[in-house]
Amino acid sequence: MKRGNKNRIKKDPTVRPIKQEIRQTAKAGGNFADKLNAYRDLHAHALFSSLGRLVATPFVSIMTIAVLAIAISLASCFYIVVSNLQQLTANLETSNQMSLFLRDDVSDAHAKKLADTIKLDQNVQSVKLITKEQALEEFKTYSGFGSAINAFETNPLPIVLQVLPKNALNDKEALSVLLKRFQQSPEVDFAQIDLKWVERLQSIISLAHLFACLMSFLLGVGVLFIIGNTVRLELHNRRDEVVISKLVGATNAFIRRPFLYTGFWIGFISGVIAWFILAVSMLILKQSVETLSDLYGGNFHLLFLNFAETFSLIALSSSLGVLGSWAVLAFQLKNTKAI
Amino acid sequence: MINFVNVSKRYPETGDVLRNISFHLQRGEMAFLTGHSGAGKSTLLRLIAVMERSSRGQIFLEGQDLSLTKESQLPYIRRKMGFIYQDYKLLQDRTVFDNVALPLVIAGYGHHEVSRRVRAALDKVSLTGKEKKYPFALSGGEQQRVGIARAVVNKPPIIIADEPTGNLDPELSEEIMHLFGQFQRVGVSILIASHDISLITQLNHRVLKLDHGQLISS
Repeated sequence: MKRGNKNRIKKDPTVRPIKQEIRQTAKAGGNFADKLNAYRDLHAHALFSSLGRLVATPFVSIMTIAVLAIAISLASCFYIVVSNLQQLTANLETSNQMSLFLRDDVSDAHAKKLADTIKLDQNVQSVKLITKEQALEEFKTYSGFGSAINAFETNPLPIVLQVLPKNALNDKEALSVLLKRFQQSPEVDFAQIDLKWVERLQSIISLAHLFACLMSFLLGVGVLFIIGNTVRLELHNRRDEVVISKLVGATNAFIRRPFLYTGFWIGFISGVIAWFILAVSMLILKQSVETLSDLYGGNFHLLFLNFAETFSLIALSSSLGVLGSWAVLAFQLKNTKAI
Repeated sequence: MINFVNVSKRYPETGDVLRNISFHLQRGEMAFLTGHSGAGKSTLLRLIAVMERSSRGQIFLEGQDLSLTKESQLPYIRRKMGFIYQDYKLLQDRTVFDNVALPLVIAGYGHHEVSRRVRAALDKVSLTGKEKKYPFALSGGEQQRVGIARAVVNKPPIIIADEPTGNLDPELSEEIMHLFGQFQRVGVSILIASHDISLITQLNHRVLKLDHGQLISS
């Protein structure tokens, strides 16, 4: 829009009429680059002034951020527990190995012969024989109950044949036919598909996963409400500024901007602090978990958030902050009288 | 410039505040809006600022029907007007410079342009050198002049003033009216709500008189 009344401005002695300014006044508001710079300055100003405001009211900010950080770390904690549980079953997934527990009166030699017979079966890929002594040794090493077993006069552990069916044999029906055949042989006391246990474990874990998702969702909604309420209070405190800005022609986008940045900062800082809470908790738990893991064969290592997950955690909490404040602002700014 | 055609405003709680108001404020015209308290002066000004909408009738601003204007367009309408208030409505936690710069920052002006125009506006109201002061450190008259600088910094074609001299002594009031006179001479339309009868009669401008929501003389 052209403004024809620029001759109204009195000449300002403090500003020299340099070339650039003549170009700017030729078109009201300056050229495109100038406007772009102004827009960038507005964002930069909103970004830092909103952080400044949080710092200026440390007590309120710390309380809000502490609550949010705890909520976010709880949600992430569920995630970490589930991803660690999944690790437990990860290396079991593809195997449909069977265990044949032999009767107590079967000798090692007999067991060896049986293993060789089974190995000839066209459906079997490999057979591994675990003698009583080996089983005892394994039990003593890995279970952590080594001394308990010494209380028995004789070795109570049975001979076990670990049978790995051919990969082609994947469907459950064929597996159970094979299992039934092993079960019927006189030397076998008890036969089971290990996969069954894996399946049970997996379904428990998927239940835990679902539970974790539900909890994280609820905590996320909680975070959204807390940030929304914080921004609403901030909006209330700065009511004059909002009204005056509106009177001098501010768009809703202009008025929203600093508050959106406030939401962003609250979310971002809470996310970072939540990460630290988790990291410290992990350090505290790590030693105990590693000890326990060693006792069970040492295959389990406590997993923490990797780089991508850390990034997602902070990005998600920041966007929850922006989303929470946006929702409140959309609702509150709809009507000038409401603010 | 501003054209009211049979405008009424009704609140559900209090009934009609304005009834059948019609008047036309020309480009470069200065007019006083007067009347007893509760006659509807503030409501009329709020209608011009589109802080509220009329219940009946039409208000035209530069030929544009305000009752048909979309909510999203209102900020751009308000940028054509400079508002001046009895209580100044300055941001207490911002410097004089920042207060005056606000309309320009909102309109997206670049840093140099903002700086140049703010200095020019402050010079116009004789406040050069007070850029870095905060409003509370200024006298009432100075604060009102900051308010005026903010209203004119964007060079709007219309100035709306609500009791601009309400808190000022006669000498300062006259000074401010003198400023308005200067703006009027360069083609700005000015509407001043006031019940300062002596000031109004002294200046011999058009007077719109409201009585219980009706325009009894214009």
